[in-house]
Amino acid sequence: MRWDFASVFDNTDALLVGAAGTLRIFAICLVLGLSLGLLVGLGRYSRNRWLHIPATIFVEFFRNTPVLVQILWFYFALPILLPFQISPLAAASLGISLNSAAFSAEIYRGGIQSIETGQWDGARALGMRWGQAMRRIILPQALKRMLPALTNRAIEIFKMSTLASAVAYVELLQQGKLIASLNYNPIEAYTAVAVIFFVFLWPLVQFSYFLERRLRRDE
Amino acid sequence: MTILKVSGLTKRFGTTDVLRGIDLEVARGERIAILGASGSGKSTLLRCLNFMERPGGGTIALDGQMLGREGKAGERTYRESELIQVRQRVGMVFQQFNLFPHMTAIGNVMEGLRTVRGMPKPEAEARARKELARVGLAEKADTYPAHLSGGQKQRVAIARALAMDPEMLLFDEPTSALDPELVGEVLAVILALAEEGRTMLLVTHELGFAYHVATRVIFLADGAIHEQGTPDEVLKNPKKDRTRAFLASHKQFSF
Repeated sequence: MRWDFASVFDNTDALLVGAAGTLRIFAICLVLGLSLGLLVGLGRYSRNRWLHIPATIFVEFFRNTPVLVQILWFYFALPILLPFQISPLAAASLGISLNSAAFSAEIYRGGIQSIETGQWDGARALGMRWGQAMRRIILPQALKRMLPALTNRAIEIFKMSTLASAVAYVELLQQGKLIASLNYNPIEAYTAVAVIFFVFLWPLVQFSYFLERRLRRDE
Repeated sequence: MTILKVSGLTKRFGTTDVLRGIDLEVARGERIAILGASGSGKSTLLRCLNFMERPGGGTIALDGQMLGREGKAGERTYRESELIQVRQRVGMVFQQFNLFPHMTAIGNVMEGLRTVRGMPKPEAEARARKELARVGLAEKADTYPAHLSGGQKQRVAIARALAMDPEMLLFDEPTSALDPELVGEVLAVILALAEEGRTMLLVTHELGFAYHVATRVIFLADGAIHEQGTPDEVLKNPKKDRTRAFLASHKQFSF
C-alpha cells in the first residue's frame, strides 16, 4: 500500500469549495444556534410557565432526536407538508442550529443559575430592571464560566456540518467523498478531509483559551 | 418630617412568620440602629423597606406616598416600575458587599449612574471619582474587587450606593463579614455619613457603634419591635428582660 496524495492535490479547487461551504454553514449555525440557545435558556431559567414549558419541550425534543434525522426530515418531509422547496443548506442549518440551541440552552441556564443571588441583590438595589441586571451584571459573569462549554458546542457545530453531506450540501466531507469516488483513493481523500478539519479547529480552540485568559483579568 | 412610614408590616417565609406587624416611622435625618438576635427578622425588615423582599402584609409609605395598591384579596400589589423608583431613592449596603467582580471599583460606582440613570460616561466617571474619594479610595479606582480588602470592598459598595443620591440608606450588617481589624475603616465612613445628617437604618452587632451613631435604637425579637428608644434608654437602661439578656450576651467578654 502506497500513499499518493497527488490525486488529492489535483482536486484542491474542489476542496477549497468544500471548505468554503463548511465555513458558511458553521458560521450560520454558530450564530443561530448560540443566540437561539440563549433565548431558550432564558426561557428554561424563567419561573413563568408560559416561557418555561415551551422552552423545556424544545430542549427535550431537539436533544433527544438525532441531528441527521432532523436534517433529512427538514429536507425531504417538510416540503411535502409545506408548499415550498428547501435548499440543502437551509435544511442542514435548521437541523444543526436547533440541535445546538437545545444543548447550549442548558449551558446558558446552568451558567446563569451559578451566579450568586447577591449579584442580583446588588443590581436590583441600584434600581436595575431584570433585563438590565441580566445584561450588565449576570450574563457577563456567567459567560466567563460558560466559555469552555460553549467552545465545545462550537467545535461540535463545526463537526456536525459534515452531516449536511447527507442532503448533498457542498462541504468538505461531500467533496472528499466525490474525490474518493472519482479517483478510488479513499485513504488519501478522507485523510485530507480530517487534516483540514484539524487545521481549522485547532486554532479555534487556541483562540478560546486566549479568550478565557482575557476574561480572567479581573481575578 | 417623616420620610418613611411603615404600618403593620408582615412577612412570612413558608410557614414561618418572620415579621409580625412592624410599625415604624422614620423622620428625615434620623439614624436608627436595629438590633436583635439572629432570626429576629432584622435583615428581612430592612430588605422589605426597599422591596428586595415583597412585604406580606401592611403598608409602606415613602415621603408621604403610599406604595402599591390594594389587590382583590386585600393584599397589596406592587408594580415593578414603582419598586425600581423606590430602590433608586433608598440605597442599600449588604453584609457580603455584592460588588460586581467583573467591573473595577470605579466601574461599580458608575454602573447605576450609567445603566439606571443613563448618565453620560464623563459625567458618571467624575461623580464616581468623587464618591470614591469620599470613602478614601480614590487611588483604587481602577482596581478589581478581587484585589481589594474586605473593608475596601465595603467602602466601594457604600460609594456605589451614595452615587445614586439616595434619600435614605439601609445598612445590612455592613461589618459582619469583615476581619476585626477592618471594621473600623468602614464604621468611620458610616460615621462621616451620619455627621452629614443622612437618614439611615443600620442593622448591626456593633453595640458601641450603635450607641455613638444612632439617634434611636430598636430591639427586634420574634419579628416584632420589642423595645425602642434613645441609645441611652435601650442600651444603658433596657426595660425589658429580653433586651437585657441580648445586651448581656453581647457584652459577655467585655472588660
